[in-house]
Amino acid sequence: MKILELNHVQKSFNNETLHVLKDISLSVSEGEVVSVIGPSGSGKSTLLRCATLLTEMDSGELIYSGEYAAKIGANGKSVYSDKAELKKIRSIFGLVFQSFNLFPHYSVLKNLTDPQISVLGRDKEQAREKAMELLRKMNLEEKADAYPCQLSGGQQQRVAIARALAMDPQILFFDEPTSALDPELTGEVLKVIKKLAEEHMTMVIVTHEMAFARAVSDRVIFMDGGVIVEQGDPEEVFGAPKTERTKQFLKNYGQS
Amino acid sequence: MKLITMINLMLEGMGGTCAIFFLTLLFSLPLGMVVALLRMSKNKVVSNVTRAIISVLRGTPLMLQLIAVTYGPYYLFEFSVSKNKLIPVVIAFAINYAAYFAEIYRSGIESIPVGQYEASEILGYSKAQTFFRIILPQVIKRIMPSMTNEVVTLVKDTSLAFTVSYVEMFTIGKNLANSQTSFVPFIVAGVFYFVFNAIVDFVMGRAEKSMNYYQ
Repeated sequence: MKILELNHVQKSFNNETLHVLKDISLSVSEGEVVSVIGPSGSGKSTLLRCATLLTEMDSGELIYSGEYAAKIGANGKSVYSDKAELKKIRSIFGLVFQSFNLFPHYSVLKNLTDPQISVLGRDKEQAREKAMELLRKMNLEEKADAYPCQLSGGQQQRVAIARALAMDPQILFFDEPTSALDPELTGEVLKVIKKLAEEHMTMVIVTHEMAFARAVSDRVIFMDGGVIVEQGDPEEVFGAPKTERTKQFLKNYGQS
Repeated sequence: MKLITMINLMLEGMGGTCAIFFLTLLFSLPLGMVVALLRMSKNKVVSNVTRAIISVLRGTPLMLQLIAVTYGPYYLFEFSVSKNKLIPVVIAFAINYAAYFAEIYRSGIESIPVGQYEASEILGYSKAQTFFRIILPQVIKRIMPSMTNEVVTLVKDTSLAFTVSYVEMFTIGKNLANSQTSFVPFIVAGVFYFVFNAIVDFVMGRAEKSMNYYQ
């Protein structure tokens, strides 16, 4: 079953002078792990922002589990669904940010329980149980009462992943989840994401960690200049890239 | 007149001083938030009009605004706001301080990283929940030092009420200084304000400290 479908997405900035996404189509099935790689400015983050409703597309369709977040209107522009529908659709996905964006005034535990209580209407005990279970999974049980500022970057990112998972999303997006971390801290975060992949969590991961993308993904998408240049099985894309552009990019990253 | 008598007379005026102080805070703290939100409105007309009003309130002396609110209605329409001078005094103070608080709130709100809004949106918080649960608590922590400054200034500004002959501590002190041809009441007034502000400093310091559990 398709969880996410993006059809013919176009996005420009600065009064259409900067064309960032040029007719991108992409669909993600249940249980699939998709990595998006590409140079800075290739549009991968914008694609992720469009998919998570943080940025509005100029044109294109966005569909979650068969429900339309945006359709193509009569003038060819995207027409977004009403507020109530979008609220429902937002509960389908989660997003892990590059800069974590934990709530600094809440303890680790409250970062995980408050959204469950305030948004999903779960009761306190239920939310707490769910939060503790996820913190155990992230190996952060003893940090439940700490505040985000007392944690390392890697720990903060794992809390952010737990916070996203606490909302029971059907699909989880990662926007360069390790780019803000010291190199020695990226491992712990990647390990957690890998574990989620093994549990068949549906994920779309924008990343610069090539070895990681190769190891965890079912499919790798290489973007450049606002288009999908190449996509396919990670062994194919990394092992035998079809286009010159992909070869060049991977060479710069020392991956082939 | 004995010193103790002077102090007692002036202490009676502290009621008036405290009334201005607390009523001004009571009204200007929430009013300032309304003004701040209007100032940040996406509607250009609303935000520009608000900005102009703030700029007038901050750009003219509070003493002048006190006189305008207290006597203005009489000169313009031959009607006075109230026999009780406290009402026009508090109106003038509350509006003036709301303008200052609004700018402090605005700077605080604008200093919160956009990621906090985005994370709230992704998690599904409503606009109101985002503001009250996520943004506002962080704003309050950030603006505490500026708020302390403003509250300390308010304590001293209450003395301006003497210009419209509202009976508060400083008005009594000034009258005593005239009738007794003595400088002592001014010294007493100075001590009173200093002690008042020491209390304000202590309370605000405690409040600030209570929010130090996170960075």
